[in-house]
Amino acid sequence: MLLDLTEDQRAIEDVFGGFFRRECPTTVVRAAEPLGFAAALWARLADLGAPAMGLPEAAGGGGASLADLAVVADAAGRAIAPVPFVDHAVAGRLLARLDALDDAVLDGTTVATLAVRPAVAGAPAWSLVPSGAVASVVVGLVGADLVCVRGDGPGTAPRNHGSMPIADRSTAGGTVLATGAGAAAAFAVALAEWRTLTAAALTGIARSAQDIAIRYVNERHQFDRPIGAFQALQQQLADLPIMIDGAFLLASKAAWAGDRGTPGTIDVGHCDVTDFETLAAMAFIFAGEAAAHATDRSLHAHGGYGYAEEYDIQLFFRRARGWTLVAGDPSKECLALSDRLYGPAGAVEGSRS
Amino acid sequence: MDFALSPEMETYRDDIRALVAEVVTPEVTDRQHTTGTFNSYELNRALAERGYLERAVPGLGKGDPVELWLLFHELEKAAAPVDGISMALMIAGVVAHAGNDHQKATVLPDLLTGESLVSLGYSEPDSGSDVAAAATRAVRDGDEWVINGTKMWTTMAHEAKWILLLTRTNLDVPKHKGLTMFILPMDTPGITFDAVHTMGTERTNATFYDDVRVGDEWRIGEVDGGWKVMGVALAFERGVMGGTAVGIPLLRHFHEWAAHEVGDDGRRAIDDPVVRERMARVAIDNEVATLLTLKAAYLAGTGALPGLEGSMCKIFATEAYQKAARWFAHAAAPASLLQFHEPGAAADGWIEYDLRHSPVTTIYGGTSEINRNNVAERHLGLPKAR
Repeated sequence: MLLDLTEDQRAIEDVFGGFFRRECPTTVVRAAEPLGFAAALWARLADLGAPAMGLPEAAGGGGASLADLAVVADAAGRAIAPVPFVDHAVAGRLLARLDALDDAVLDGTTVATLAVRPAVAGAPAWSLVPSGAVASVVVGLVGADLVCVRGDGPGTAPRNHGSMPIADRSTAGGTVLATGAGAAAAFAVALAEWRTLTAAALTGIARSAQDIAIRYVNERHQFDRPIGAFQALQQQLADLPIMIDGAFLLASKAAWAGDRGTPGTIDVGHCDVTDFETLAAMAFIFAGEAAAHATDRSLHAHGGYGYAEEYDIQLFFRRARGWTLVAGDPSKECLALSDRLYGPAGAVEGSRS
Repeated sequence: MDFALSPEMETYRDDIRALVAEVVTPEVTDRQHTTGTFNSYELNRALAERGYLERAVPGLGKGDPVELWLLFHELEKAAAPVDGISMALMIAGVVAHAGNDHQKATVLPDLLTGESLVSLGYSEPDSGSDVAAAATRAVRDGDEWVINGTKMWTTMAHEAKWILLLTRTNLDVPKHKGLTMFILPMDTPGITFDAVHTMGTERTNATFYDDVRVGDEWRIGEVDGGWKVMGVALAFERGVMGGTAVGIPLLRHFHEWAAHEVGDDGRRAIDDPVVRERMARVAIDNEVATLLTLKAAYLAGTGALPGLEGSMCKIFATEAYQKAARWFAHAAAPASLLQFHEPGAAADGWIEYDLRHSPVTTIYGGTSEINRNNVAERHLGLPKAR
């Protein structure tokens, strides 16, 4: 048992935390709006080897674990960095598992992404694909097939809440990488990885929201006191580190389960859950709540200034929701989680607790 | 990170799970709800016989906080009556940490038999959250101390052999610097108690100290050093040693009910998407509460006193428990209104019980409000607001 980062992961945190602090102040985030993609930042991140970091060594990658990638995703989330780190890492790992990786994805000159919401068979497009505006490789399910479509993205995104480079992407002309049960299983693992890393990134957003709030309530004076001295604000802000710790522990547990690669258990009656896909779903739902909550509290701690474009908290507030809702309705995520935990609705047998 | 239990820990957990299955019978569980005394000597003895009490106490035996967490996690998941044994182990830890040779020779082995309980004399009629304002006086008289005052919420005092007593010994210094802690036999002349019954069935007490004369050997910690002893006790109390897994049996009980009972609309609650969403969210909250508590235990294992982490997991777990109790009481209404032993009661009465019991969990052992103050001041570094 080890409930801290490993020494290697602390080094990763130092390198990438430092990189994003240095290279991605919020001026860079603002300059990349509305598209939400900073090509120069992505190129510098690629110089550090980030796009290949999580790819297998045999394929020329860095062989990093999901847990290592979560540390980078956390750092990217703290900076709300306008780079497709998570989408690219997850799509690249999926391509590598299916022997469909190429050098351009490996070095990041081509952006790859995962269509997180499957398209039904015959559908002309995946809708609002994360990083779809800038990706030249899109992998996703079309009916029972796992399909890889190559071709440049539109380079622009519909104006959206999270200033994300999302776009509809055609499913036509793709290569079928897998089909049937194999396709479903490969996609499920990729989606669980995406949820795990996005959960880490959302935790990063929550961390920054907390830091911004604490800075502001110590600076801002009303009634001749820093507003941080008022219990009304203290009581609200005290929840943030709890949700942040919980979110990061849960995302880390999901990453641990993913890295183990062995089948886990789902025994909710004893709160004994080590199954990767289940933990990934839990981590994503909880981190989404944590990021939404932390940014909401932080924004409101600012009073009217929190609503002003000039203040940074609105940047974090919008991405906390955007990065969560791009996957669809969280309530439906809960229902899918319940199917895993309790068996499908209407099934008298199949209860697992 | 590595969330796997070592093979040794797994064996320990499996042993406890088997012991609980054997000893914590429905009769044992039911008795706590009849008597209001949340203690089982059968359970305490069984744990003592296998050496688990000594092994679990911080600073004694193996003294591994993660094992201590495992022990209480398993007991709580089984909805076992743990209030008696958790206080006994907590105070055994305090005695091991701060006690003198006399106490280590008398109180400590006694608590480790599982036959003796201890009550916590902190709160008073006029001081609860402001616990350092305790007014119960201890005055030196030759070689003895004379104690006068009243304590509130002294749960288990009617059964306990020992009382941990926070007293005022110095009026001329800031309030938290004038406190001294004692641990006394409850049968010391001058100690009496009255029952205080609660909404959650659990019985607690008011205890009265009327010219109680004791020797200095019953003082624990330094004279005027009671606040430090208090800090040790609270660090053990919040989090690791119980109270943060309460949502797990609630979910299990509700799940069992929801999967079998057909409601007025002809369908099972578990087939209702609103209920299913909430069951998923409760499962997530249970997982987070478990991880936060495990992290507090893990930190304690590295030598830190996990006071703040304990505060954090207590806030989260108890408030999630209250939310879950409300949700499931709604989902099982009106059968959720029926109490234990009433025909048709949802989950045999557990849902009604949790609805009634959950409010106290954000009060005892430090209110959510006080714990949030701690987090705001000590974790977030905000100015002291009291």
